[in-house]
Amino acid sequence: MNFCSRLLCVAAGVAIGVAAGSASAEPPQKTLRFIPQADLRSIDPIWTTAYVTRNFGYLVFDTLFALDKDFKPQPQMVDHWTVADDKLTYTFTLRDGLKWHDGQPVRAADCVASIERWGKRDPFGQKMMEAVADIKPVDDNTFTIVLKKPFPLLINALGKLSSNVPFMMPERLAKTDPYKQIPDAVGSGPFKFVKSEWVPGSKAVFVKNTEYVPRKEPPSFASGGKVAKVDRVEWLYIPDAATASATLNSGEADWYEQPPADLLPAFAGNADVVVATVDPLGNQGILRFNHVQPPFNNVLLREAVLNLVNQKDYMQAAAGDPKYWKTCVALFGCGAPFETTAGADALLKGPDPAKAKQLIADSGYKGERIVLLDATDQPVVHGQALVTLAMLRQAGLNVELQALDWGTLITRRASKAPSDQGGWNIFHTWISAPDLLSPAVNAALRANDGKAWFGWPTDPNLEGLIDQWFKAPDFAAQKQLAANIQTEAYQSEVPYVPTGQFVVPTAYRKNLHGIIIAPVVFLWNVEKD
Amino acid sequence: MPSSAVAGKSPGSALPPRPGKRHGERLGLILPTAMFAYIVRRILSTIPVMAVVALFVFGLLHLSPGDPAAIIAGDTATPADIARIHKALGLDDPLYVQFGSWVWRLLHGDLGISIFTNLPVTTLIAQRVEPTVALTISTVIVSVLVAIPIGVLAAWKAGSWIDRTVMVFAVLGFSVPVFVLAYVLIYLFAVRTDWLPVQGFVGLDRGLWPFLSHLVMPTLALAMVQAALIARMTRASMLDVLAQDYIRTAQAKGLPSGRVLIGHALKNAAVPIATIIGIGIALLISGVVVTETVFAIPGLGRLTVDAILRRDYPIIQGIILIFSAAYVLINLLVDLSYTFLDPRIRY
Repeated sequence: MNFCSRLLCVAAGVAIGVAAGSASAEPPQKTLRFIPQADLRSIDPIWTTAYVTRNFGYLVFDTLFALDKDFKPQPQMVDHWTVADDKLTYTFTLRDGLKWHDGQPVRAADCVASIERWGKRDPFGQKMMEAVADIKPVDDNTFTIVLKKPFPLLINALGKLSSNVPFMMPERLAKTDPYKQIPDAVGSGPFKFVKSEWVPGSKAVFVKNTEYVPRKEPPSFASGGKVAKVDRVEWLYIPDAATASATLNSGEADWYEQPPADLLPAFAGNADVVVATVDPLGNQGILRFNHVQPPFNNVLLREAVLNLVNQKDYMQAAAGDPKYWKTCVALFGCGAPFETTAGADALLKGPDPAKAKQLIADSGYKGERIVLLDATDQPVVHGQALVTLAMLRQAGLNVELQALDWGTLITRRASKAPSDQGGWNIFHTWISAPDLLSPAVNAALRANDGKAWFGWPTDPNLEGLIDQWFKAPDFAAQKQLAANIQTEAYQSEVPYVPTGQFVVPTAYRKNLHGIIIAPVVFLWNVEKD
Repeated sequence: MPSSAVAGKSPGSALPPRPGKRHGERLGLILPTAMFAYIVRRILSTIPVMAVVALFVFGLLHLSPGDPAAIIAGDTATPADIARIHKALGLDDPLYVQFGSWVWRLLHGDLGISIFTNLPVTTLIAQRVEPTVALTISTVIVSVLVAIPIGVLAAWKAGSWIDRTVMVFAVLGFSVPVFVLAYVLIYLFAVRTDWLPVQGFVGLDRGLWPFLSHLVMPTLALAMVQAALIARMTRASMLDVLAQDYIRTAQAKGLPSGRVLIGHALKNAAVPIATIIGIGIALLISGVVVTETVFAIPGLGRLTVDAILRRDYPIIQGIILIFSAAYVLINLLVDLSYTFLDPRIRY
């Protein structure tokens, strides 16, 4: 046998060996291949508010309470809880059999540390912690929260649906500085994260937590039984939407979380793919003013813009097919518990250029340059910015569109400087409905100057109403106060203008069943034939 | 960069062969000291190159707009949250302090920790090496196997329909955007026929066929451009050589065409071809972001772009250093290859 023949034999041997090895390395039968909305960059859902990390958190971690489809918090890790007559002491008892993914039992001390860490980062949590005097474990299964003053929304806070969700972590992780990341994702949720298979920018892998004890109730939003019905979940991050669509069409993936609207026709001819809307609420587009710099430090000019906005124009540009959007003036979201039209006369009547012209004249606007930030890499933001540009120019305002990427926009918007010194006057974004459901979570409504969201509105009346809302004794009182808050916002401060509400449809193979209808994608209860 | 490959020029130190030496001498076998000294000099020259790259990249990144803390904090974060994250990441420190601590870690072989993933940069780069190297090697093999024969053929039959066909192929290779070709391939071989997987990369440890099947389409898409480039260079270089007197002499002596083309012409036309292949390898390692994106291949190109978009400074700094080292190494190998290809070249 000459050298070449030997080489060929060795190569063939290696090939056969490698192929044989691959046969034994086949993944388990029930693998759910899911294309998420974004790349999983961080595994700490308290450190970042990124929605993809929030969704990751729901797979790996569990919560004390969870919101159901009626927007009511239900016990999840908690078995039962009591409130003292003075409404100042809450006692929580955990369910039996809860275990961390490393096999250790879930202890009350873990929950105490987790609440404390979350309470330092999340705005709702911070508000709750203002009322808290002490949180302490009573025994391994029980802990108490003692308040300085009644906080009727305590259970709602612990059952918060969206970022930052108060996920429970082992004490050793929860003791991490909340402004630094946890080193590992060890939770007690229905799936375990396989960190060794994590390739950021490409793939994240989860396996069923066989020791998880789900609740008996049927799943409803984030509450109820979290039954893992597949053995393994693979998140395949595919940055190119056309490739992701082809991947679903070919059957290499089972579920594409957010296909762009213009690619939905790609699934039309495939009987094996279902396009559906599983998010009952969706997202709200917004136009945000800079309240601390001219010319939008003048409320008359903000009112003028309010009287120019036609939400249909925005939604057509940002969301396309009318099947997937609607006009919505409710600052707490349409289809949500605090939906109201109070105070929104300007948006309800539609654009009134004559009134806007008068308001512009009354404001004393003298043609100052208006810097409109446009993140061209974000289609929803870009579409809205183009509509605003045309709208304001048509009204005679001197607008300069500044194109940048999203990463630069969110840095730039933090600047309070004048627009000719690196500042800005208007930017657009969109907010997922769970993040604007109530005054407790709607950051864009806050008007407490330095602590407010970018744009920094100041309106003591609005803040006073929000404070009252937190103290409201029941839902009826909350609802009335929410209407008052919205009226104050529209008719007094105009902190921002909603540009409509839209949903992003999802696409999945028809052999998937049990997808939960909810504003957040949950992967438990999903079966694969 | 002291590189003939990047500059695309012939080596400056070409000398006539020394009389009286055997053929093997030019391989450096008999003059290992000179060759060794040259290699050491070139490797040492990478140190100032990388130092300049490090300083430049660090300065550019930290002076450009964008703040990872703002991206981490998310859309609904308050300015106070961003400020705290900024501080926790050490981004509040003066630039010279940040640079100093980065260089100190670098000297200890530590490229740092990714701001977002909290994973070591070396781990992230290591995850991406196999897909990038596999794609680079497969593309180079396919493009060389296709381009050199057709380039030689086009030169040999210059002006004929064969020549024109090859040139049409080359123009198409340059003109058709990679992503268009990629989508066509996906449609034909994955969606319509289901012969190949749409996307992703599977390591060799998962089996030879899964490994190769995931490489076929991205390799074809990339090889089209590379093959066009190499084919044009081969043709042009061969046309020059074929016009030389010694080729005419060889033909007049009655040597078979194949021997004239391969044994005499191609060998002497090889230096610029090797240069263009070297440039191609360097580009494939660092610059195939579009192909990696379309086929969802977790390569180094996408790692770089993703890191830039989210301002993950340690990754950007680390990977650009790696790229610059790779460029220097590839150029060195290309320069050394000249001595094998052309006996007149000495260092």
